[in-house]
Amino acid sequence: MTITEKLLAAHAGKKEVTPGELINARVDLILANDITAPIAIKEFERIGAKQVFDPDRIAFIPDHFAPQKDIKAAEQCKLLRDFSHKHNLSLYFEVGRMGVEHALLPEQGLVLPGDLVIGADSHTCTYGALGAFATGVGSTDVASAMATGECWFKVPESMKFIYYGKLKKWVGGKDLILYTIGDIGVDGALYRAMEFTGETIRALPMHARLTMCNMAIEAGGKSGIIEPDEVTKEYVQARAKRDYTFYKSDPDAEYVEVREYDCSKIEPVVACPHLPSNTRWAKELTDISIDQVVIGSCTNGRLEDLREAAAVIKGKKVNPNVRMIVIPATQWIYKQAMKEGLIEVFLDAEAVVSTPTCGPCLGGHMGILAKGERAVATTNRNFVGRMGHPESEVYLASPAVAAASAVLGRIALPEEVVN
Amino acid sequence: MIIKGRVWKFGADIDTDAIIPARYLNTSDPKELAKHVMEDADSEFPKKVKPGDIIVADKNFGCGSSREHAPIAIKAAGIQAVVAKSFARIFYRNSFNIGLPIFESPEAADDIKEGDQIEIDADRGLIKNLTTGKEYPARPIPPFMQELIAAGGLVEWTKKKISA
Repeated sequence: MTITEKLLAAHAGKKEVTPGELINARVDLILANDITAPIAIKEFERIGAKQVFDPDRIAFIPDHFAPQKDIKAAEQCKLLRDFSHKHNLSLYFEVGRMGVEHALLPEQGLVLPGDLVIGADSHTCTYGALGAFATGVGSTDVASAMATGECWFKVPESMKFIYYGKLKKWVGGKDLILYTIGDIGVDGALYRAMEFTGETIRALPMHARLTMCNMAIEAGGKSGIIEPDEVTKEYVQARAKRDYTFYKSDPDAEYVEVREYDCSKIEPVVACPHLPSNTRWAKELTDISIDQVVIGSCTNGRLEDLREAAAVIKGKKVNPNVRMIVIPATQWIYKQAMKEGLIEVFLDAEAVVSTPTCGPCLGGHMGILAKGERAVATTNRNFVGRMGHPESEVYLASPAVAAASAVLGRIALPEEVVN
Repeated sequence: MIIKGRVWKFGADIDTDAIIPARYLNTSDPKELAKHVMEDADSEFPKKVKPGDIIVADKNFGCGSSREHAPIAIKAAGIQAVVAKSFARIFYRNSFNIGLPIFESPEAADDIKEGDQIEIDADRGLIKNLTTGKEYPARPIPPFMQELIAAGGLVEWTKKKISA
């Protein structure tokens, strides 16, 4: 069996499962945010459940339109707060403690290897980086699971991606996943578990693994997953407050498809409007002028991402035609970035640094594009209207490419800026 | 179940931001959401669509976010069903959970034109083009999904489960 099949079998109380099989499985953690939780709360009440299955296994994180951007958003956030108080949820994160959900939960040790996690947010697949099975569902699924502690799943077929070769300088997790999506398309892994493996992955630090699994959904994947190893152990052992399990794929595990990539040939990648699969090498796009740069989100708002951007922009200024918005994904990242002097680097470059929020990634607030404006963002989607006006454009890239682009006012390579 | 209506056509990879842009997600009121349905795919659509209409689209309909607001907006606008070559996974699941009938049929998606009148026989898995007289098979609904529909959606199914 694959790591995904083993993990699902264990949570369904079965010895084995096969792709296509429908199972009812126990969930270790359920999450929802200020957009999806209000519907989940309403449906939970419609179910008529008196209490949640476990007040320590439900995470409510107001991060999309928080800090509350208007009255309607404030009303939505208040529903989360009131429900959390009523049901004594220990994992409610108020502004000041919250962060972008998929950065916050792994950082706090709340998602661990071997966990089965569902979240009413499509980027829940991020946690596969820790060797967990994690997938996005809707609000009604969350409501049902909050009442029962279980959720139904169709066991997905697994698709294996083998990465080998040494990465070039300035190439990282974002480039690998964009390259992969560019190869298979936005529905190339529809309904499937994407298992990332190979020597390049084993050498990849945790933040880059999180970035890769985060974007499995952009290829239609049900989940992304990486076998836990020493890197995983090092990341979780200081954070975990409960036991965890390392599952591994058997040598004879079956895959519906296997793809191999020589990473020594991969260069910085940019996804052009209006699909994450519309990828080009960054070097082919250096004549494209930009109006805004966003560095942040559940994809690339981690400390290492800020370090990468700071390394490029240190001592330079943001181009006069560009707004640069940096959003550390959590309070801890914010504070750490301050201690390391990264915030000062951004401020000296004349970028703004925001409190944690999903904000501009989904066109919510904190950096919305006007008609005809163009952004380079380290976020995950470049659909029509994603960051603002339907006639604005988003180019997806790594923190290094985004920072270099901010300096030159056009899509740029890091080596054009860094000596 | 027989569903009959006029068709609006859409292309491939219609994402949930096109179905209901995030700028309107500071509410979950179905009536409010319906006012902006499909707005970023066709800005005139909320004005043109009439209750009883059907959407027919190409592959990977509903890709992107997990927002249940997407099938809710479609349903609240009075759209009876969506036919597509394929659906993105979370949208597919959400549609069943909230009771929006959806059908996978590559043949229907290719052949049906905007403005055609079609009739969907959900039990037999058959889509009929009343304008041209052609028929197309729809992929059968998985048995568990049928169980969910029979129970009246996931909420009713869970209600039964927790009271059992």
